[in-house]
Amino acid sequence: MSAAGAGGKAPQLQSLMPWLVLAFLVWLVGYPLLVVAAEAFGIGSPGGGGPTTEAFQSFFTRADEWNAMWRTLWISVLSTLAAAAIGVPLGFLFERNEIPGRRLLGALVALPVALPPLVGVIAFLFLYGESGLAARGLQSLGLDVSWRLTGAWAILLVHAYSMYVYFYLFTRAGLSGQDGAAIEAAQSLGASRSQILFRVTLPRLRPALAGATLLTFMTSLGSFSAPYIFGGGFRVMTTQIVASKLNGELRMAYVETTMLALLAFASLLLLRKIDPGLDLASGARGTPPARRRLHSRGARIAAAAGGWVLAGVLLLPHATLILMSLVPPNTWTVEAFPPVLGLVNYGDLLSSAERLRPALNSLWMAAAATLAAVVVGVMAARLSLRRGGLPGRALEAMMTLPWAIPGTVFALALAAAMSVNAPWVGRFVLVGTLWILPLAYLVRSLPLTGRSIFAGLRQLDPRLEEAAASLGAGALRTVLQIVLPLLRPAVIAGAGLAFITMLGDFVTSIVLYTYDTRPISIEIQSSLRIQETGIAAAYGVLLMVLSAVAFIAWDDRAGGRL
Amino acid sequence: MTASGVSVRFDDVFKAFDETVVLAGVSLTVDPGEIFALLGPSGSGKTTMLRLLAGFEQLDRGRLLIADEAVEHLPPARRGVGMLFQSYALFPHLSVAENVAFGLKVRGGGQGEAEARVAEMLELVRLSGFERRRIAELSGGQQQRVALARALAPRPRVLLLDEPLSNLDPALREETRADLRRTVKQTGITTVLVTHEQEEAFELGERIGLLNEGGLEQVGGPAELYRDPASRFVATFVGRCSVLAGVVKERHGDDELTVRLESQPEAPAWRCRSSGELAVNDRVDVCVRPESVSLETGEGPGLSGEIETERFTGSNSFYTVRLAAGPTVEVAMPGAAAGLKGACVVRQLAGELPSAFAAAGESGP
Repeated sequence: MSAAGAGGKAPQLQSLMPWLVLAFLVWLVGYPLLVVAAEAFGIGSPGGGGPTTEAFQSFFTRADEWNAMWRTLWISVLSTLAAAAIGVPLGFLFERNEIPGRRLLGALVALPVALPPLVGVIAFLFLYGESGLAARGLQSLGLDVSWRLTGAWAILLVHAYSMYVYFYLFTRAGLSGQDGAAIEAAQSLGASRSQILFRVTLPRLRPALAGATLLTFMTSLGSFSAPYIFGGGFRVMTTQIVASKLNGELRMAYVETTMLALLAFASLLLLRKIDPGLDLASGARGTPPARRRLHSRGARIAAAAGGWVLAGVLLLPHATLILMSLVPPNTWTVEAFPPVLGLVNYGDLLSSAERLRPALNSLWMAAAATLAAVVVGVMAARLSLRRGGLPGRALEAMMTLPWAIPGTVFALALAAAMSVNAPWVGRFVLVGTLWILPLAYLVRSLPLTGRSIFAGLRQLDPRLEEAAASLGAGALRTVLQIVLPLLRPAVIAGAGLAFITMLGDFVTSIVLYTYDTRPISIEIQSSLRIQETGIAAAYGVLLMVLSAVAFIAWDDRAGGRL
Repeated sequence: MTASGVSVRFDDVFKAFDETVVLAGVSLTVDPGEIFALLGPSGSGKTTMLRLLAGFEQLDRGRLLIADEAVEHLPPARRGVGMLFQSYALFPHLSVAENVAFGLKVRGGGQGEAEARVAEMLELVRLSGFERRRIAELSGGQQQRVALARALAPRPRVLLLDEPLSNLDPALREETRADLRRTVKQTGITTVLVTHEQEEAFELGERIGLLNEGGLEQVGGPAELYRDPASRFVATFVGRCSVLAGVVKERHGDDELTVRLESQPEAPAWRCRSSGELAVNDRVDVCVRPESVSLETGEGPGLSGEIETERFTGSNSFYTVRLAAGPTVEVAMPGAAAGLKGACVVRQLAGELPSAFAAAGESGP
């Protein structure tokens, strides 16, 4: 036991660790937000005079700014309502009824969640767009129809399609956790079916619905791909910010960014109020009620047919994307259906190093960000939960914060903070370098890995770590040999989600990418712009396949937890 | 394999969590090779003492010495202390052998040496052949033994047992208790045990420290605590006793006195044991053990009362007697319940004297 020498030094470093990790997180997550707000007031910007509220004044007086704010809000409300209107009944249908093919159909219905936002959007474009498959099909039948997939309705359509999954999954999870005995109790007390639904089942579903509402609303508030591709002149805050930045109105972009961050915060605080917390959800956990069987043969066939039609409609965008990726360039002009199909686009994509570059970029940047987010997540969770106190709470807050803030806001915040060389105030020129995009991905990954790692560690008996320590293991060995192996499901769940999300990221990339780090989403967008739809679709399929593989591997390992 | 044990010393140890004082200056010496039991109600600070010794908590004031070496600044990994956790804290992703080997691998050393030690430890806890089992496949008793083997494997200087039997079925406890004592004694290691159960402390501990509200009430062997409790708290916490109020009538030497009971002043005075601080006419509480009194139905000299309940536990029958104009007193009678009812008299038996303490409220709680 030659402990005396190292004994003095190690505890010092140990007590500093929470503060070191916290300092890093504050620098990465909190500080850029402060910088962007400060620069909106003209503070700290290079060469710009004293503090001023000029930009805010013009924000509050310009109608287009107000419109963007107002549209963001009502688009989010309507998206949430539409998603709920689709997702909740589907959840009931698949959780409470025994219909043929329930398990497979039930899984297919959740598929849109695995589609990166931009890919979903271009799939919609190819399918329901002005010259999409649907329009051409109808016209070839001699119907004189034409429409444009633009504006608010197009955005709402895409949002409803991609976000009902949250309500669907939350409803199913909520229903499967309910105790069937409560329903039997209500029946024995003479309640009718509708009384049971409104007085027993729905009230106890409230935590699940509140969770889905929060998730859908916040996602919608920060949605960028759909408004960017379909919005046209219909601007919401995210597209307004990017437009201001591209127009060189930096100060205005910072003001808009600040306002969107405030809007997100306010929404979060407000929506938290409708969540009754855990007391309703927990309590006695019994067996869920038995699924209702359809007795007549006709009803079963109708249900099965309906289910498959639904699955077909839901899978149509995926199928369209695959189809479009098989159309060689310049071969499809006026026909209803592409006359030539082949693998030309894929050959093109795979044979050229320059074409393959974005895929490799996305892979390494998403992997690096995910890995870093896991490391930071494990460190933060351990320091936060095992040491507690003020730094502990602050660590958790910093890990969660990026979840509540739209990706565009963080992209702008990092762009503002990391474009100035002032190391003494923690600002470095990272914009335009290889590092800014992985760093931005890291910020956005933190809440995804953090959430599941914090939850996993909360369930881990702290005595296990004490046992390892008393057996002579140091902190590193304890983490590597005890904590990480036991946290594996939680780490895989969080890392899988972060990896898939970052692989398809468009919203932060469009603000921060450089030519050398351009990811798949940016390549899709530029291919679309020069009418290389086949290449864009092939990239989309690539992204879809990569995401699906990661999703399946993740779902398998993580036991389907969200 | 008997090792020569080391001493453990708490020297005026003070510990508070936020505003709550958990240990208010505790001093205690555990002798080399001794099995020492810390006994007390929940919240008395006994687990905190154990966790301070293991290094999981930091003390606010005082010193902690193992083998006369100050350890309060050492991290847990360097204290040479093995701990058996209440929940066992076995690593669920490792096999039995890997669990036991964990502390050996950390210290380095040869593979063969570690394997031999694991085999030796598993033999000690009679689990040879279980090396490759998963933790989840073991019964509660087996898990407890693996945890013990794991704690002992790296040859710690001190073994800490945190409520080692509380997670076992009552039926299994008695057997495991004897087993645990045999194993620990065999290794000769200094052992500190924490428990809230008197029976466990009495059977495992060679000496016992009774804690209450962050302070040690009494330290001594089981018989000493039972027969000669230092405070009313010790008397009521260790074993069963009925408390009767009275007044000191006469002193007899340093440690004996006679007490007239308040509810029945005419009854013969009781001979009690006491520390020397009580004077004639002081009000006292007399702690009467059920086996130090007997009862007889009908009337006669003694405390008169009425039998309220009768309870048969196997070797004894217990009677609750409501004394006339007074409290109840519990009386143990050997043998099966005889269906006694109605009026009775309770008399003091010769032999062990009940203890008298200054009445509650007169000299502190």
